[in-house]
Amino acid sequence: MEWLERNVPKMVLAPSFVAIMIFVYGFIAWTAWISFTKSRLMPKYDLDGIGQYERLFAAPRWDVAMNNLFIFGGLFIVISMAIGLALAIFLDQKIRAEGVLRTIYLYPMALSLIVTGTAWKWILNPGLGIQETVRGWGFESFTFDWIIRPDMAIYVIVLAAVWQASGFVMALFLAGLRSVDGEIIRAAQVDGIPTHRIYSAIIIPTMAPIFLSAFIVLAHLAIKAFDLVIALTGGGPGYATDLPATYMYAMAFSRGDLGQAASSAMIMMMVIFAIVVPYLYSELRPRHDK
Amino acid sequence: MYLKSVLAASTAVMLAGPVMAEPTAEVLHWWTSGGEAKSVAVLQDQFKAEGGTWTDMPVAGGGGDAAMTALRARVLSGNAPTAVQLKGPAIQEWYEETGLADISAVADENNWADVLPAQIAEHMKCEGQWCAAPVNVHRVNWLWGNKQILDEHGIEMPTTWDEFNAAAEKLQEAGVTPLAHGGQAWQDATIFETVVLGLGGPEFFQKALVDLDPEALQSDTMKQVFDEMRTIRGYVDDNFSGRDWNLATAMVMNGEAAFQIMGDWAKGEFLAAGKEPGTDFVCAQTPGEGFLYNVDSFAFFELDGEDKQQGQALLAKLIMGPEFQKTFNLNKGSIPARTDVALDDFDSCAVESNKAMNAGAEDGSLLPSYAHGMALRGAPAGAITDVVTAHFNSDMSSDDAVQQLVDAVANAM
Repeated sequence: MEWLERNVPKMVLAPSFVAIMIFVYGFIAWTAWISFTKSRLMPKYDLDGIGQYERLFAAPRWDVAMNNLFIFGGLFIVISMAIGLALAIFLDQKIRAEGVLRTIYLYPMALSLIVTGTAWKWILNPGLGIQETVRGWGFESFTFDWIIRPDMAIYVIVLAAVWQASGFVMALFLAGLRSVDGEIIRAAQVDGIPTHRIYSAIIIPTMAPIFLSAFIVLAHLAIKAFDLVIALTGGGPGYATDLPATYMYAMAFSRGDLGQAASSAMIMMMVIFAIVVPYLYSELRPRHDK
Repeated sequence: MYLKSVLAASTAVMLAGPVMAEPTAEVLHWWTSGGEAKSVAVLQDQFKAEGGTWTDMPVAGGGGDAAMTALRARVLSGNAPTAVQLKGPAIQEWYEETGLADISAVADENNWADVLPAQIAEHMKCEGQWCAAPVNVHRVNWLWGNKQILDEHGIEMPTTWDEFNAAAEKLQEAGVTPLAHGGQAWQDATIFETVVLGLGGPEFFQKALVDLDPEALQSDTMKQVFDEMRTIRGYVDDNFSGRDWNLATAMVMNGEAAFQIMGDWAKGEFLAAGKEPGTDFVCAQTPGEGFLYNVDSFAFFELDGEDKQQGQALLAKLIMGPEFQKTFNLNKGSIPARTDVALDDFDSCAVESNKAMNAGAEDGSLLPSYAHGMALRGAPAGAITDVVTAHFNSDMSSDDAVQQLVDAVANAM
């Protein structure tokens, strides 16, 4: 009986543990192996050094994809958090109809990225969307054609992604704002501290863990970003809006170049590790300050 | 019906082996849209009429990418389908990876070597043995024009790229978009290869895009090709990014643009809209000489089991049968791969295409399309397309483009 009590949790967890070991870590190892081979159409298992990584870093398209990842990821995270925080603070002012507004802002998150991408593709198409409409109002010289300009198209992706995600960030921050102890705020108000100081010196610092969670969620969304690009620009014009995920897809599924796909997947994973490992480290280390 | 009885009789002979098994076939393909699905149904019906059991395995999406992913999964799990829609050098690539079934018996019995152009027959062979059966021939280097617009501005279908440029400028001055184009990588590549063929000629095309000769790739001719691509970029409208090819065809149809450069699947769009070749739209080869082909074919994997092997033999035979080649290609808009099929029911563009194919087979200007995966394997073809589309969609100079082309090809080998 006692044995059962001790071991039932282990037995219940074992299948999912085994599944995760095989399907996540096992396949990561498999992908790593493939990235060191000359695999093309089908996987081959003869090791061949770092040739695939050399090819990867010699490809201008991969350069573009990595640059885009940093532009897209950086702007997406910063702008989403800024807009999300601003919205959360405004909604936190005990305003009327907060529930309705909250739903409106959160709603984009309920859409699939494919829908977001397709809708924005039409909105931003110079011949159909904003540009055409404004010109129709009489502003003939109005131009908003970022989506067809290779140097600007990546910002279009940022725009659509921010629209999609900032409501979600708002919800996170709103929960954070509400969790701040009301007593402290009231005490500050009694002391006559102005509202902006209450936010900047008390509320936001106590919300630091929420910032970290928001950052982690947004960062991994940015690195995984795939369907938005496919729906919005298809990686174009040319390959100007390629991201590592779309690069990997093209190599693995369109070109029959599994080795390239595997090596690009490994680089993507390393980028994620570079972000997540410090986070895990800070979360998991024993806290002495309590 | 005479044909059918011949087919039945020959099948009976074929089936009269020591073991009488029923032919079965599981066929992986990505012909799922209207006209294509109808075309496959023809094959399916013929196969069933011969007493076979057909298991359909259509996988739509990504222009065949999804089907290829399904194929890889099936082969990796040791359960390859009987027949797979495969084309170009991918056939030989699969042969090297897993081996393909030898269907030489069927091919020799039916004299495939005599009825196929030699260049196309070569694609169907793996180390000398027949391993695939061709279904159709699409010509890629077509220039489609809106007859009404061209007449209005007194423009003939151009036969050189200079004439094309002159015509385009005339149209542009008159406020007409000269070229309908969709800014997707494969469409950019389609224009690129027709320009390579037009400016460099068949021999240069062979050297540059089939043999990947570095000298040809960094030659002055290739620079001229990129210059012409830059000129052509000026002839498309502003909203071309990401447009699907059929929408570009619709622009020509509706008089919003004068020309489109696209393979003869575009003809299907015109015909489906009730347009007549010669009166509503005109077809001509893109400026220059030669014939770029895109051939769909079925390859057969090595399988155990009498019934499956007989299914493969029967399928190969039916695919190359004159009856199927005719019905299928009437539905699909392409021309039969067999040179001996009567073309009475085909439209004038198809007849033209057939004539050019036969002429090209004679003088060596019948060449595989690189943009449609007939000339090169996936990696080098993709590397070239990357450069072409990056150049077309930016202000990269022709010198840089040529340098990138050479580097990209070297990097993809």
